[in-house]
Amino acid sequence: MKGRVYVAGTGVISAIGNSIPETFTSFKNHTSGVGKVTLFDTVYKDTLPVGEVKASNADLAAKLSTNPNLTRTALLGISAAREAVAASGVDIQKWRTGLISATTVGGMDKTENFFIEFLKDSTRGQLRNVVHHECGSATELIADDLGVNGFISTINTACSSSVNAIALGSRLIRHNILDVVIAGGADALSKFTLNGFNSLMILDRNPCRPFDSSRNGLNLGEGAGFVVLVSERVKDEQKLNPSCIVGGYANTNDAFHQTASSPEGRGSFGAMTKALAMANLSPEKIDYINLHGTGTLNNDLSEGTAVKRLYGDRYPPLSSTKAFTGHTLGASGGIEAVFSIMAIEQQCVFPNLRFETPIPEIDIRPQLSFESNIKVSHVMSNSFGFGGNCSSIIFSAT
Amino acid sequence: MDQLMADLKRQIIEALNLKHLKPEDIGDDQPLFVEGLGLDSIDALELIVLLQQHYNIKMANPQDGPQIFKSVKTIADYIKTNQTA
Amino acid sequence: MPVYIKGMGNISPQKTWGDDPLLANPSDYSGSKLSCIEPDYGQFLDVKQLRRMSRIIKMGVAAGTMALRHAGVTTPDGIITGTSFGCLEDTGVFLTKLIENNENALNPTPFIQSTHNTIGSQIALLLQCQGYNQTYSQRAFSFEHALLDAILELKENTDQHILVGGVDEITSYSHSLQKRFGIFRDSSSSLNLLKSGGDGTINGEGAVYITLSGEKRKDDTVSIESVLTIYNSPGNDIKEKVRDFINEASLNTSAIDLVLLGKSGEKEGDADLERIASDLFPTASLGAFKHLCGEYPTASAFALWLGARIIHEGKTPAIVLDRESGRSMNNVLIVNSYFEKYHSLILLRAC
Repeated sequence: MKGRVYVAGTGVISAIGNSIPETFTSFKNHTSGVGKVTLFDTVYKDTLPVGEVKASNADLAAKLSTNPNLTRTALLGISAAREAVAASGVDIQKWRTGLISATTVGGMDKTENFFIEFLKDSTRGQLRNVVHHECGSATELIADDLGVNGFISTINTACSSSVNAIALGSRLIRHNILDVVIAGGADALSKFTLNGFNSLMILDRNPCRPFDSSRNGLNLGEGAGFVVLVSERVKDEQKLNPSCIVGGYANTNDAFHQTASSPEGRGSFGAMTKALAMANLSPEKIDYINLHGTGTLNNDLSEGTAVKRLYGDRYPPLSSTKAFTGHTLGASGGIEAVFSIMAIEQQCVFPNLRFETPIPEIDIRPQLSFESNIKVSHVMSNSFGFGGNCSSIIFSAT
Repeated sequence: MDQLMADLKRQIIEALNLKHLKPEDIGDDQPLFVEGLGLDSIDALELIVLLQQHYNIKMANPQDGPQIFKSVKTIADYIKTNQTA
Repeated sequence: MPVYIKGMGNISPQKTWGDDPLLANPSDYSGSKLSCIEPDYGQFLDVKQLRRMSRIIKMGVAAGTMALRHAGVTTPDGIITGTSFGCLEDTGVFLTKLIENNENALNPTPFIQSTHNTIGSQIALLLQCQGYNQTYSQRAFSFEHALLDAILELKENTDQHILVGGVDEITSYSHSLQKRFGIFRDSSSSLNLLKSGGDGTINGEGAVYITLSGEKRKDDTVSIESVLTIYNSPGNDIKEKVRDFINEASLNTSAIDLVLLGKSGEKEGDADLERIASDLFPTASLGAFKHLCGEYPTASAFALWLGARIIHEGKTPAIVLDRESGRSMNNVLIVNSYFEKYHSLILLRAC
């Protein structure tokens, strides 16, 4: 396995913006996208804040000139993937191009409505609403939209999914199986996930406060984030000028409990240290950490403990951007990878909104305000999921 | 109270799928979590749902769980105190 | 780079676990679906561990345990799973309760168990395996990509044991729903599905795990040479890709001893596969597997298990064969097709 993997382009859509420029503006202005549910019907409309993308399916389909009956996950994915490909300047038809996406929701936003009729009578409900239920279907729709006909794959490892997708993309390029990989993830809000997380009693009834001592849970979000990865050869032949490379990544399993992280953060610690080792960087070289930072009592303490184990008190600027976007589940790794790359491209770090008091056991104080004109060369992003799936990825400036 | 505890034991076995146990295997004061029955945080959430489904009690704060769910007796005490008519 | 099969586990609609000789008494089904013959899970898990697990998770954990026991490995270095439908039973339970209870008083357990990565994560939790853990869900490439990932992992570090699996289940909801798409037919004999004429397939399910390593031991008998997935390709291109795939393994098509075709009972797709076989492999033995396991996205895992057993034992059960060539089984090619949009190739070799 050899060669550098460059990031040629990025695309994103989330509660804080339908594009890269809109997203950057929200960060600069400290504008969170967390608010009430408006786009689907639920008894929790007024009680559980979420990070909704500010566009209905009809809006998205109109903007993309595509079929409005696609699942929301597919629409969000198409939006971000198209932006990434356009930004990259890569002629994807010229190369061995693959698409690796990630999702946990798949087509559930449509399936859950279909099921209402189907439960009454198994001959009822419109089949077109379940034909794209599978995770892999959303990826097919994105691939068909982009014109990618070669390698397509989908990863589902809960909230670490899309970091794993980007890591796989890198590996396929370094093994000379592909030249270009569009990698990331997409997840839409759905009644299923909202109720699922609510049954776990880890949703905050107020906008979330990651890493704060009074934090009381997460807010769900939705969106998509994709990167276009290219080999050295593609970069040279197409005369691209990428801002960064994929420096390192790691995938470990906490193996502690199905939904809770170990108190000592062994999975997170393992993922961060292995990613650093692969990137051949000592921890002090990291200029900014985009934390997983969901705002749950368990994650933030566990992740914070792992950060303290790695850094002691000498940790770099760090923040959870989930206070802006909510927890976008399978898309979070991809969206936050895009944020990490943005930090390098814009030489900035992002704030951890609504933080006031550090968690007493770890005393970590995240970045409080948006700050630019900082030297940002190496950024690490963490994504940890149910089932103990822990992944970290490092991007480094070229 | 005895009837309540007997019912609770049956309901706990069913809700948590403890097929290997019979109600008489669970002591009134036996610890349910960590040691004793060895239940975990997911079981605690299931017990919260059980309280709602069978006793119409809504426990808003999962942090109260460890105290309330210490044993079948403490759960029964809690139900007696909080059950709406 | 070949990787070596150290152990396998298979729970399928045939008796594919235990000490039975390979497909000695094949099970025949009538109707439009096959159901797994399941072991007593108490052999693999204790009661406390079993209580939360749905059927698919028990199947996956049991097949994974069989593969590790067979390999003499306690804890693998990585666990990679392919599943297209994921944990359907728990998804259905949670969704049903959500609708019936109007989003009120919902049990968390089915939600937690419904995520696709639960199968691989449960195995990791039970074995305390903190290594690489991945789950693929790309329809009929789910198992192939899990396999490809394992091959890449072993290329990067040969001295590892990776557990790789393909798992999918049928539930009553999923079957009645899939039937409405008109893809299944009612068959009076699943074993005769591919010879009976007619059009349409039957639903299947299964859990297969294999333990792989990049290091060869003296007693290893089967290696996996390579795997390829072909998405949305016109029929003529498939044949060329099959030829290239074999050539890239430094073989001629004439070196293939047995081709296991993913014929499913769907007329047009089956005809395409037969054409590829007759054009490229006129002297090979030909066989099929979906009349044994049914059609489902990770059926190729069953085919891999079957091909490996055939190489190991040096003979092909009659129930598998369409054409016997009398050749010894050294090179087995699996050519799978899933509703014509997905094609995949796996090359197994005796070692």
